[in-house]
Amino acid sequence: MRPSAARLLNILVPVKRTIDYAVKIRVNPDQKGVDLNNPFDEIAVEEAVRLREKLKDQVKSIKVVTIGPPKSIDTLRTALAMGADSGVHVEIPDSAPSPEPLGIAKALRAVIERQKEGVDLVILGKQAIDDDSSQTGQMLAGLLDWPQATFASKLVVDAAKKEANVTREIDGGLEELKCRLPLIVTTDLRLNEPRYASLPNIMKAKKKPIEKLSASDLGVDLTPRVETLKVTEPPKRVGGGKVENVDELIAKLKEAGITAVKA
Amino acid sequence: MFASRHVVRRVALRQTRRWAHTQPKLQSVTADDVAHFSKILPATSILSTLPPLSTAASELSPFNNDWMNKYHGNSTTVLRPRTTQEVSEIVKHCNERGIGIVPQGGNTGLVGGSVPIQDELVLSLGNMNKVRSFDPVSGILVADAGCILESLSEYLAPHRHIVPLDLGAKGSCQIGGNVSTNAGGLRLLRYGSLHGSVLGLEVVLPDGTILDQLTTLRKDNTGYDLKQLFIGAEGTLGIVTGVSILAAPAPQSTNNVVLALPKFDNVLPLFVEAKKQLSEILSAFEFFDREVYELAVKHGQGRALNEEDIEGAECFVLVETSGGKREHDEEKLNGLLESLMESETPLINTGVLSQSPSQFASLWAIREGLTEAVSKEGKAYKYDISVPLAKFKEVVDATRERLRSKGLLHADAVKHVVGYGHVGDGNLHLNVVAANYTPEIEAALEPFVYELVASYRGSISAEHGIGAMKTHALHYSKGDVSIEWMRRIKTLFDPRGIMNPGKVLE
Repeated sequence: MRPSAARLLNILVPVKRTIDYAVKIRVNPDQKGVDLNNPFDEIAVEEAVRLREKLKDQVKSIKVVTIGPPKSIDTLRTALAMGADSGVHVEIPDSAPSPEPLGIAKALRAVIERQKEGVDLVILGKQAIDDDSSQTGQMLAGLLDWPQATFASKLVVDAAKKEANVTREIDGGLEELKCRLPLIVTTDLRLNEPRYASLPNIMKAKKKPIEKLSASDLGVDLTPRVETLKVTEPPKRVGGGKVENVDELIAKLKEAGITAVKA
Repeated sequence: MFASRHVVRRVALRQTRRWAHTQPKLQSVTADDVAHFSKILPATSILSTLPPLSTAASELSPFNNDWMNKYHGNSTTVLRPRTTQEVSEIVKHCNERGIGIVPQGGNTGLVGGSVPIQDELVLSLGNMNKVRSFDPVSGILVADAGCILESLSEYLAPHRHIVPLDLGAKGSCQIGGNVSTNAGGLRLLRYGSLHGSVLGLEVVLPDGTILDQLTTLRKDNTGYDLKQLFIGAEGTLGIVTGVSILAAPAPQSTNNVVLALPKFDNVLPLFVEAKKQLSEILSAFEFFDREVYELAVKHGQGRALNEEDIEGAECFVLVETSGGKREHDEEKLNGLLESLMESETPLINTGVLSQSPSQFASLWAIREGLTEAVSKEGKAYKYDISVPLAKFKEVVDATRERLRSKGLLHADAVKHVVGYGHVGDGNLHLNVVAANYTPEIEAALEPFVYELVASYRGSISAEHGIGAMKTHALHYSKGDVSIEWMRRIKTLFDPRGIMNPGKVLE
């Protein structure tokens, strides 16, 4: 018997373009945005690709979506080279301020609602390394009224039963959840190690379709609601000094106003 | 017959070699000497097992042993001066007393050049670690010899410049040591050797005189270029205390790709193709064979490639590009990769292209981690040789066959014979990984490898130097006349033979 269409999974992976964690950044750098992928999002893409490798034809589609300026398309190409099938780019102008998690979650909901075959599983990074908000996945689950399994370190999906077992690393141990699909999963660092994009796949990725949309196409407003007052660098560390002997050390301590406590 | 003759000769050489450097004039450091040094240096700059300091020998062990734990000295005293003046006074005293001196930088050398052979004084430059000046217009950097290479890179980063030299040991090695050994490394293909990029040196000569050639001139044709003598002299002619070097503008965009090749024969056509298509942005072209790649993965160097990407690969090539504009560079690199993938007779199986700075670093980590991986796997016999590019594989295979024919290729003797290196520079690192250093293995390898190299008119030391390891083999790459003049130069600068005795020349 042929499996019915309803059993096939459609996976959506939202990704965000951030500055690479290997790059030393400064506040207000003049050459901004050296690169690409939020590492937790890379893990999300990798997990979707691994699910297909495990479940074979039961995974019907893997779609990646990003919301960001024109250059964000590189992030999609990388995800496509890793093995996603198609992309959606919700483009915002370079000059626009960075959208906030709620705006992003609403945009993602609109993207999901546009998918004719629906979406069974959304895998996204637990947070982006630029703003560290860690809110998008949770808000999206709330907006859609779907179950959520956050900070996943293991994901096992049973496509036939439309169920997933998710292991989460929590304080003091591991928590295992059984969830019904459709489901929101956010990824933790230990879920997997993302692959390199191989040349044949990079070539193929160039031919994969990317749908371009705008916020107004989705009927959402991405204007931030929170006003950023100030961004500053952490205070510079002041180097320590060496002392020649104990007496000098005690003298320095006294100088700094530290005195002995009588027992 | 052939082999046994060499074994005999080798034993004879060993005996003469062990004692050749111990010219009767050289003295051991005494408590009186330490007392004298205490007048020159603060207490924190002296380590000595002699009274009155009586430092624990274990504290001297990082100075007495090289990082591979292959060469061992018995120095009683380590001095760590902070200024050129202090170096000069130490050297003056040692010259008067006839005490041998081993100048030491990061002690990351591979040929035993930076550790004492017996109980010579160790003069560590690590405390001389200040940048003296940097001119962002000309890009000329003047720094103390003890500056760690990576710290210099970090210093230059905000000025958008880079040191024209990069090597795996960058986190420990020091610029003075780099210059003294004429270190090659990963950027040589692009920026040339230190003989070109070093503009000036400050050197303390063996009698304590300070030779100040720390100029910051690109052009200076005023007679003999003395500084060139100290580049690659391995501290046998004097102690480099300051370096003036031409830093290069930092590339605005870098990319790298690791390509998997079905056979070694494809490396050279690939190199030609890469040069042709990438031209000025090609900044590294590194080769490593499958066996050493597996070692790197086993010992956790970098992140491994995907299984399907390494299938059927006999060797790998890492290609790096650096240039001024990302779109331009990517277009060129993609053009090359597309033509490679779509060719009817493809030179490569496949490859991986870094997608982010972290992947860029992780691909490099595989290549840069090879040395460390080899050391973790076992005891390494390292041969750093220049041979014609086409002979790389032949050398590795011939060496492996040689060991097999001697019955030494098994788990308890030689575990791996691997090759990697800088294709762009014709420099092969032939590594023989053994369970232990044994005389049998050494006898099978030497002078076999050296004779093999000499038969191609190659160099027995492309970038690692001669150190203590290869003094006896110098003649495979240098003729009698050359060696005689090297000896005369040595005697001219250092008549008492105190500077790094037993290194470079026997």
